[in-house]
Amino acid sequence: MKNFGIVVALLLAMVVLHGCGEKKLNNVEYGIRNQILYYANGDEPKSVDPHLITGTVENNIIINLFEGLTSKDAKTLEARPGVAESWTISEDGRVYRFKLRENARWSNGDPLTAEDFVYSWRRALNPRLPNAYAYMMFYIEGAEAFYKGENTDFASVGVKAISPHELEVTLKAPAHFFLQLLDHHSYYPVHGPTLEKFGGVEDPTSRWALPENFVGNGPFVLKRWEINKVVELDKNPHYWDADVVRLQAVHFLPIDDQQAEERAFRSKQVHLTNTPQMDIEKIQVYRKDRPEVLRVIPTYASYYYEFNVQRKPFDDARVRKAFALAIERDLLVKNVTKGGEVPAYNFVPPDPEGYTPQIYWREDVEEARRLLAEAGFPNGEGFPVLTLLYNTHDNHHKVAVAIQQMLKKNLNVNIQLENKEWKVYLAARKNVEHDIARAGWLGDYLDPSNFFDILRSYAGNNNTNWKNPRYDELMNTIEATSDPARRNELFEEANRILAEEMPVLPLYFFVDINLVDTSVKGWYDNVMHFHPLKYVYLEASEP
Amino acid sequence: MLRIFLQRCLSAIPVLFLVVLFTFILIRLAPGGPFDDERAVPPQVLENLNKRYHLDDPIHVQFFDYVKHLLQGDFGPSFKYPSRTVTEVIYAGIPVTLELSLYAFLVALVFGITSGVIASLKPNTLQDYVPMSAAMIGICLPSFVLGPLLILVFGIQLDWLPVSGWGVTPGDKILPSITLGAGYAAYLARLSRGGMLETLSQDYIRTARAKGLSGWRVVFHHALRGALAPVVSFAGPAVAGLLSGSFVVETIYQIPGLGRFYLQAAFNRDYTMILGMTILFAFLIIICNLLADLLLLWLNPKLRGRK
Repeated sequence: MKNFGIVVALLLAMVVLHGCGEKKLNNVEYGIRNQILYYANGDEPKSVDPHLITGTVENNIIINLFEGLTSKDAKTLEARPGVAESWTISEDGRVYRFKLRENARWSNGDPLTAEDFVYSWRRALNPRLPNAYAYMMFYIEGAEAFYKGENTDFASVGVKAISPHELEVTLKAPAHFFLQLLDHHSYYPVHGPTLEKFGGVEDPTSRWALPENFVGNGPFVLKRWEINKVVELDKNPHYWDADVVRLQAVHFLPIDDQQAEERAFRSKQVHLTNTPQMDIEKIQVYRKDRPEVLRVIPTYASYYYEFNVQRKPFDDARVRKAFALAIERDLLVKNVTKGGEVPAYNFVPPDPEGYTPQIYWREDVEEARRLLAEAGFPNGEGFPVLTLLYNTHDNHHKVAVAIQQMLKKNLNVNIQLENKEWKVYLAARKNVEHDIARAGWLGDYLDPSNFFDILRSYAGNNNTNWKNPRYDELMNTIEATSDPARRNELFEEANRILAEEMPVLPLYFFVDINLVDTSVKGWYDNVMHFHPLKYVYLEASEP
Repeated sequence: MLRIFLQRCLSAIPVLFLVVLFTFILIRLAPGGPFDDERAVPPQVLENLNKRYHLDDPIHVQFFDYVKHLLQGDFGPSFKYPSRTVTEVIYAGIPVTLELSLYAFLVALVFGITSGVIASLKPNTLQDYVPMSAAMIGICLPSFVLGPLLILVFGIQLDWLPVSGWGVTPGDKILPSITLGAGYAAYLARLSRGGMLETLSQDYIRTARAKGLSGWRVVFHHALRGALAPVVSFAGPAVAGLLSGSFVVETIYQIPGLGRFYLQAAFNRDYTMILGMTILFAFLIIICNLLADLLLLWLNPKLRGRK
């Protein structure tokens, strides 16, 4: 028994003393001294294979591991030279000729050539690879047919290596955002010899993108990946522009709990949080006590509710409109979400540089009541009790409760709240089993078609059962139109249809709320939530 | 003893088989699939994925395939992390969970038994009330309350200890071990107090005292061994509980242990991962209970003669 006591005491001492006398006090200070960024990234990434990933968690990492033909300016989001140092565009806007940098290299030192892009895009469009973003490449001539197996000869696709450093891309129709699109991960190059070594191009379970095998072409390279612990990137010495990269390493921490994330920031374990949502109550505290680290950034993203237009009484557009008009969005963002969200009267967020939709309606409780009465429910009488579906989350719950109360107060209708676990909620939405469902959409690139396309009659993400032939026709016309002014006119017509038909109920445009330590420099706020680390560095702030 | 051991090992086989069968059926009944995403996955992509992971086979074929691979020690690929296998993920998580559970168990043993013994020496005095009230609070305070409280005091106010991670910053293992162990320490305190009180009133203790043995010698040498029986029978399930129930603590402190993987696997509908974890935990629970039973036999010779 005595010995047992000694063993226990020794083991306890081990716990207490574990690692004492090691290097550092906290990650933030250690990071500043050694140019190592500690980055709270919200969740564990699925993969870092650019042709397999779909989420922002993965995207946050891989924009630093790969580089496309172009890259985006972190401040203005304009397309800038990436692997391509220059390009020319034909007069009809369909043929792009890129000149690739002679000094572009893979992270193992191999030269990066035009053939690598042909190989990679062919892989991205391989119908047997489960690439959910293959459609992003359908702007290229022949790409869609190749992906759908209608044409098995890749020579029919508009991508050609003219010389080792010249690539020609032909589009099926002019797309003014194409240069911006080239920075999307579906267009990133992958290293052929590495892929071939680990099971070829089609195998989603290939181990090529694990740290021990990884080859990329971005400013950083994958060094270490411990599941649920850390994804560690090191500076890539073979990167063509390595001289401007000042960070030596980045540690992405998969902190998936909002409160734990905030605590990690407060106790200086991370330099920044880059996850869209933050605990609502905490926002106020930071706004008051530490405004210098709180970043509230409007984003190209929409928060809305979907109606099931086949279900009575939502088959009547007047009812849908009455709901939209009865919600006091100013109160919602001021008292409920509290993050500085922008009240939305359109489905599509505004883009000051591009298309900003007109507003056709605002809150109008009188008009809402009139519409509801006209639809056969004067003062809400006889209106069935409908269900509002959302995924289990504190913030969504608060919004839903507020909407429920506003509808009761303004229209005298009763809504039941139903929260479901994430996958159950997704399945219910996908099968359009709901009356009303919460939804959100984040643009992949700055173009309104990102949003409008969702509501095409047979689009995979249209969970409303709403079908409108004129709207579909408009979308098809837009696809074939290159003149920006004409496109905006067509978008506006689509926007007007949405305002009249109201298949979705816009609530607000998202803001990202991040915590960024004052030592982080070169981190710019933008609507695309785009934060490449190439130019980021750490510098102790003045005491 | 060997016979009991072998008997129990054999009876574990049908238990494990039923665990596999029921888990397999239950996870398929849950709405939503592993590849559902907020953005609709194109039908062609879904078809490819289903084909790749044989989810398009009839369900009984899938089940027997799974069992066949399982018998060869292959838990299959993870659906969520395409380039990893379930075995790899388990290997990554198991040392962490074992370590955390071990430390928590030590915290429970040391604090629990010590305070139980102290309390039992002078029942119904302040020396009894203070540790027992603390134990009551420990039982009532769930780890998701205790964890953030400890973080607030020791991590943020006093700035003594790190608030997240595991083996990254010195001292980051202390708060999680205490948080996880506290509830069990409280139970153990009450159990060992009860056991001690009962043993201390036995005749052989009175005899020992009458012979003039010192108070400490009576307590540690004679009483404690008898008093620990309920503690040991509690310890088996407690270790199993520590292993499988650490996910709350792992989430609070962002520890890459099995509990977190298990929870995420359930949310992600990562079928193979859920199955792998469930089998592993079922196995661990069976082993822990078996060990506790064997330990009891060793501690209490009276049990050995029973069939």
